[in-house]
Amino acid sequence: MADLAIDQRYELNPPLVTGGATYADITEQVSAITEKAPPRQWYYAFGVALLLAGLLGFCLTYLVAKGIGVWGNNSPVGWGWDITNFVWWIGIGHAGTLISAILFLFRQKWRTSINRAAEAMTLFAVACAGIYPLFHTGRPWRAVYWLFPMPNEFLHMWQNFRSPLMWDVFAVSTYATVSALFWFVGLVPDLATLRDRAVHPIRKTIFGLLSLGWRGSADQWRHYELAYLILAGLSTPLVLSVHSIVSFDFATSVLPGWHTTIFPPYFVAGAIFSGFAMVLNLMVAARWLYKLENLITIKHLENMCKIMLATGMMVGFAYGTEFFIAWYSANPYERFAFINRMFGPYWWAYWSMITCNVIAPQFFWFKKFRTSIPVMFVLAIFINIGMWFERFVIIATSLHRDFLPSSWGYFKPTWVDVGTFVGTMGLFMTLFLLFLRFLPAIAISEVKGVLHQQINQEKGAAH
Amino acid sequence: MAGTLLDKLPLPGFLKPGETSRHYGVIGDFDTPEDLLRAIRTARTAGYTRMEAYTPFPIHGIDEALGRPRSPLGRIVVVCAMTGLTLAVLLQWWTGAIDYPLVIAGKPLFAVEPSVPIMFELSVLLSAFGAVFGMFALNKLPTFYHPFFNFSRAHGATNDRFLLAVESHDPKFNAEEVIRLLDSCGSRHSELVEA
Repeated sequence: MADLAIDQRYELNPPLVTGGATYADITEQVSAITEKAPPRQWYYAFGVALLLAGLLGFCLTYLVAKGIGVWGNNSPVGWGWDITNFVWWIGIGHAGTLISAILFLFRQKWRTSINRAAEAMTLFAVACAGIYPLFHTGRPWRAVYWLFPMPNEFLHMWQNFRSPLMWDVFAVSTYATVSALFWFVGLVPDLATLRDRAVHPIRKTIFGLLSLGWRGSADQWRHYELAYLILAGLSTPLVLSVHSIVSFDFATSVLPGWHTTIFPPYFVAGAIFSGFAMVLNLMVAARWLYKLENLITIKHLENMCKIMLATGMMVGFAYGTEFFIAWYSANPYERFAFINRMFGPYWWAYWSMITCNVIAPQFFWFKKFRTSIPVMFVLAIFINIGMWFERFVIIATSLHRDFLPSSWGYFKPTWVDVGTFVGTMGLFMTLFLLFLRFLPAIAISEVKGVLHQQINQEKGAAH
Repeated sequence: MAGTLLDKLPLPGFLKPGETSRHYGVIGDFDTPEDLLRAIRTARTAGYTRMEAYTPFPIHGIDEALGRPRSPLGRIVVVCAMTGLTLAVLLQWWTGAIDYPLVIAGKPLFAVEPSVPIMFELSVLLSAFGAVFGMFALNKLPTFYHPFFNFSRAHGATNDRFLLAVESHDPKFNAEEVIRLLDSCGSRHSELVEA
């Protein structure tokens, strides 16, 4: 009977650390990744990533030298791939904060194996996102005076704080700063672990400085745990505010297709949807590359699939609501904007979005697909593509049909648009691969905390 | 027996007048968090008050066992949040309505509603600074030297060992007695650590 009880509990709640690992095994497994030369595949991936990051450098240099005209942006489509990519990257970052903050507050223990990498992903995604508005100004070195209230000699005026674009500046920069702080605070105890294992004096010094002399004393943990809880509590409304404010960039305008009150929750759900897809892709790759199957178990991956299913349904519901409201408003411009989305010149973008975002996640209803790594990997790629199309559809289709047919236009990306987008992916991958190589990709101390609970539970079950 | 115990004690240095000790304290090395908690409780019952535990992850219930109050970090963060909020209001009101009033789309020069997002963001930003740098200050980080690291097994505290230090400024401190006590609680290795 007792055995049956254990089996049932395990069925409902499988262990988060498998293979009978001890605390020392976790230290060894995670630290060893940063101490040994990476596997061959890492070098291949890094080479490709670096090449693409170089393409980004080239495209941005070309853009600054020639001007914004090298992008496909035109009148009336003043925002093209740049803002599409900005929103896409910011959205991807949101999953990292959701995992590190919201799941922490909800006491979801399974987050511990993936939160470190997901937070790193947030930082790198926000860095990629920031490039677009910065370079859209055309003169990025002067942008600091346009974007931030910096006293200066040539502008002789202040920013317009009544504009959502200014709210966006504050939201995104606060988000980047808080995410970086949260990430670093989480890293400190693990950096101390690396310091204490370091053999080479240079490595010892670097990790000694980075870990700030962390000792893991009960007194330090006392303040540390509260700081972590407060940061999680701050990041939770912050992450919701960031994509809400990003959506205000559109929602506060008077453009049909943008001027909708559903945008904030709909953008946030979409952000988490695409972010989890990206986390899943990265985790499946990292787990395969570094053989982390015992720490990132199929249970972790399945949970991510469930979140994608839930947020995918929310996004699908939002698409439906938008159409209903467009019809119900009886506003001819609003109705036209939405019919034009489906059957106008950008019909292919709209239907790609529906296929990838609404149809693809439906496979996750079935446990067979939720637990199949190739299936979930491919579906997650589809979701990322779909969420990119969603932003493109919202931005380009709403702009290209102006109120007067004489001002109608069409957006076509140029090679610089494509190069910049592919380039930011290269930058993202470069940063992520460097992170995997040099920093503990799994939160060592947090996983040990989970393992401790698991050991106690197993002891309790055995008695 | 006395010989082995003496071997564990390094030679005492010369003390300055009035100085009672130049040792950090005695540190014991335990296998599990449960052993550590038991040792803390035993030592507290024995009358020791100046203790510190070193663990690879936070242990539930250790603050109560050591008799530590709740961290005051929350109050620091509240003050920071208020500062951020005030700063955001002053910034938007002064730049928009006082220093360079400019009517844009007929909107009021300053109003609460459009100021809310930046009020929120700056409150969060300063609160996060308060939480992180307040925690560093309370924990005296960075501290690159600490006598704890003189313990021969200090590195275990970031791996899989659970250490308990009875510090030398404890009024009841006596190295030999503490070593005996920690050993009896299941310490694998107890050592007098130099300051």
